[in-house]
Amino acid sequence: MGAYETQGFKMDNSGKRVVVDPICRIEGHLRVEVNLDKDNVIRNAVSTGTMWRGLEVILKGRDPRDAWAFTERICGVCTGTHALTSVRAVEDALSIKIPENANTIRNLMQLNLHVHDHLVHFYHLHALDWVDIVSALKADPKRTSELAQSISNWPLSSPGYFRDLQNRLKKFVDSGQLGPFANAYWGNPAYKLPPEANLMATAHYLEALDFQKEIVKVHTIFGGKNPHPNWLVGGVPCAINVHDTGAVGAINMERLNLVKSIVDRSKEFVEQVYIPDLLAIASFYKGWLYGGGLSSQALLSYGDLPERANDYSPGNLMLPRGAIIGGKLDKIHEVDIKDPEQIQEFVNHSWYKYADESKGLHPFDGVTEPNYKPEGPNFKGTRTKIDNLDESAKYSWIKAPRWRGNAMEVGCLSRMVLGYLQPKQFPFIKETIDGVLKHLDVPVTALFSTLGRTAARGIEALYCADLQVKQLDKLIANIKAGDSSTANVEKWDPSTWPKEAKGAGFTEAPRGALGHWIKIKDGKIDNYQCVVPTTWNGSPRDAKGQIGAFEAALMNTPLAKADEPLEILRTLHSFDPCLACSTHVMSADGQELTSVKVR
Amino acid sequence: MTETFYDVLRRQGISRRSFLKFCSLTATSLGLGAAAAPRIAHAMETKPRTPVIWLEGLECTCCSESFIRSAHPLTKDVVLSMLSLDYHVTLMAAAGHQAEKQLDEIKKKYKGNYILAVEGNPPLNEDGMYCIEAGRPFIEILKETAADAKAVIAWGACASWGCVQAAKPNPTRATPIDKVISGKPIIKVPGCPPIAEVMTAVVTYMLTFDRLPELDRQGRPKMFYGQRIHDKCYRRPHFDAGQFVEAWDDDAARKGHCLYKMGCKGPTTYNACSTVRWNDGVSFPIQSGHGCIGCSEDGFWDKGSFYDRVTDIKQFGIEANADKVGGTAAAAAGAVVVAHAALTALKKAKKSDSAETVTGDK
Repeated sequence: MGAYETQGFKMDNSGKRVVVDPICRIEGHLRVEVNLDKDNVIRNAVSTGTMWRGLEVILKGRDPRDAWAFTERICGVCTGTHALTSVRAVEDALSIKIPENANTIRNLMQLNLHVHDHLVHFYHLHALDWVDIVSALKADPKRTSELAQSISNWPLSSPGYFRDLQNRLKKFVDSGQLGPFANAYWGNPAYKLPPEANLMATAHYLEALDFQKEIVKVHTIFGGKNPHPNWLVGGVPCAINVHDTGAVGAINMERLNLVKSIVDRSKEFVEQVYIPDLLAIASFYKGWLYGGGLSSQALLSYGDLPERANDYSPGNLMLPRGAIIGGKLDKIHEVDIKDPEQIQEFVNHSWYKYADESKGLHPFDGVTEPNYKPEGPNFKGTRTKIDNLDESAKYSWIKAPRWRGNAMEVGCLSRMVLGYLQPKQFPFIKETIDGVLKHLDVPVTALFSTLGRTAARGIEALYCADLQVKQLDKLIANIKAGDSSTANVEKWDPSTWPKEAKGAGFTEAPRGALGHWIKIKDGKIDNYQCVVPTTWNGSPRDAKGQIGAFEAALMNTPLAKADEPLEILRTLHSFDPCLACSTHVMSADGQELTSVKVR
Repeated sequence: MTETFYDVLRRQGISRRSFLKFCSLTATSLGLGAAAAPRIAHAMETKPRTPVIWLEGLECTCCSESFIRSAHPLTKDVVLSMLSLDYHVTLMAAAGHQAEKQLDEIKKKYKGNYILAVEGNPPLNEDGMYCIEAGRPFIEILKETAADAKAVIAWGACASWGCVQAAKPNPTRATPIDKVISGKPIIKVPGCPPIAEVMTAVVTYMLTFDRLPELDRQGRPKMFYGQRIHDKCYRRPHFDAGQFVEAWDDDAARKGHCLYKMGCKGPTTYNACSTVRWNDGVSFPIQSGHGCIGCSEDGFWDKGSFYDRVTDIKQFGIEANADKVGGTAAAAAGAVVVAHAALTALKKAKKSDSAETVTGDK
């Protein structure tokens, strides 16, 4: 395509080509290629999903009540959200209403996922893009303690605590075996934190690693395990019994107290560790506002967390639904995932085949025939050894979904901006964002950046941690009012189903808008399609050359060192990419393929 | 300077005296006699932390997520002090060329001495290009890395059996790793995912006793996969007494009765869920009201609905009951079959509850 302009970005592939593969600290397999100009500024960005599993063809012909378990295995990081989307799709198709308690327990599990996922993302997948662990060795533990105590009441903040940690870190580094911290970008000038902030953040990296395993116990209580808890079409599998004989075999007072203890401690950790760290780190990087990409022009959210059961209208959702296009923040468009005019997937630059590739397909009619063909005039390498991909040809295992023809950004930033624009329905979001902007002394436009995306995730974690406590109160109040019901089994038996049915389910996964579309025929799955958050964000180009959210966000970012992709990682990680999610789609058609011999 | 296992123990506040005691205990428990204790002590004082290369193929990262949930030992201590997690795409700081270089260096420096841990599996269709890492098929990287490994751990159902992407019709021809790696000991730790503490226990067992765990014929550590969920299920008395949940959220569900009729695969599933339990022992699927879906068993995705009773599994025949089904699976596994009392109980249940109990719906 050479040089051209799209969505306000000037694409120029004439400069030095840099490849980053594998992108680490994400879920799944992702590759990025960029072109740098003579000042090491990114002038062209190409993002490629490099795995594909084909789950939908596997689902065909199976029992729709089992689909949650299959789709849950699409992703073990955002575990549960695909399962929830799936049971909603089946319930929508079969018009099954779920009990209030089931809705509240599902909300608790979904909120729990958001809190856990955002925390793990911030500390274990993203922090090392901002925090230089080796620099922490130079920190003064006493001053680190002063810093920690100036921003939070968190008790683990004495000089001795930080000294012990620093000693452990020193011995670890001296051992010469740096494990997951080996061969990274320590000392890169793009790191801006003073040693004390680095030491504090490193301490919290380890504390968060210890604490995250506590958060997920809410999933274990209601769903039996984590990752991959159990779900149920028609409600939730766990029964409630707080009064009678046998309560020890159900959700009882002890279980509710355990949930209470976990959600309280989670809220405390987010308030006293995550948010203060986020603000402290952001204050050193607020001059680095690259990575906005599509966020100031095209945002999409399906919404989630129904306050009352079975009402999926925007007014009843505690995470906002809507779309922004053309950068017009004063107009929130209504989103209907069943409308064939709204969501369409294209494959012009994806390794799939359509009969007519000039048109996009709505997921109800989705086709996914794999067609692996690395090619194009600028392609370098062989079929099984890719040196450079060519973005003018097909170059990714991810399809290109569009909303009314627009490439969209989904995720925390979309949700928080949509909430911010609707302060009546989402006062907590509006007030928290205003507070953060004021604290950092930056304008609202600062949200449209890598840092803004990272901040939005923290703000959402705080919102969800707070809602978790409230939803538990709601569950207890409803039980107190005499309602112990957790499942509606009227339509459990497939003999009660219509001969044919179709439905759609949606959630807001931690990474963004997630939809499943199901067609049921004679009690079995006839067609199943998923469009997942990283399909949106990691989308390749479409027929018009429109770039996806990852690609847009990398544009015009300068690299401090051309051979160290620190800034690329920082921006990609701010989306929390999930590639196993984005690249699993497949239709019934794309079968017999070539194979290699196993030696 | 390279830190040794001994340094690690000392750093954690363990005295030299305790260390030597640990060494003689280890020597005794390995049947080596007291004379071997100084040798073990010497080895631990001089041996660097065991390098681990953790590769990810077609997978969903649930195994990594489970691993970091370990409560004892804490993952923090495993990573900082017990082993050296030198390559792990989900956790490592480096990416791209720096990550590739790290992989190369570890393979060379510790040739024959690193553990390869594999999460996920390689697809073989499309020349392996359904899973690409660094521009190459994952299968190539897997084979190269396995060639110089001391031992291989197959994490989870993907690496062990194939899991969801290998469910029928397996469009990418996702293949369990023991079908593509030869000449290396492979320890299968199945489950979707495996229990966190089972994962860290397998690793620390190898480090502590400097030997591989004893495996059954399917390659699973006997210590965690030697018995069925059903054998140790706390709801087992309800099974024996013929007290079953008949519908979701019915009175029996609220009393915690047996989930056999709701499709529970506990009778045919070998795993430690009903004993070790999940997430620091908080619960496990049956305790939280849903039947076991059999996620540690080979091909569990293709054995009918998760809500079909185990008697409905075709290969076991229509007359099979929970006990017989379990026994058949055990015989197939080559494991020791321990007879138990369920047969009688089922007969009792059958009497009180029509023939449906044993013949199922179909």
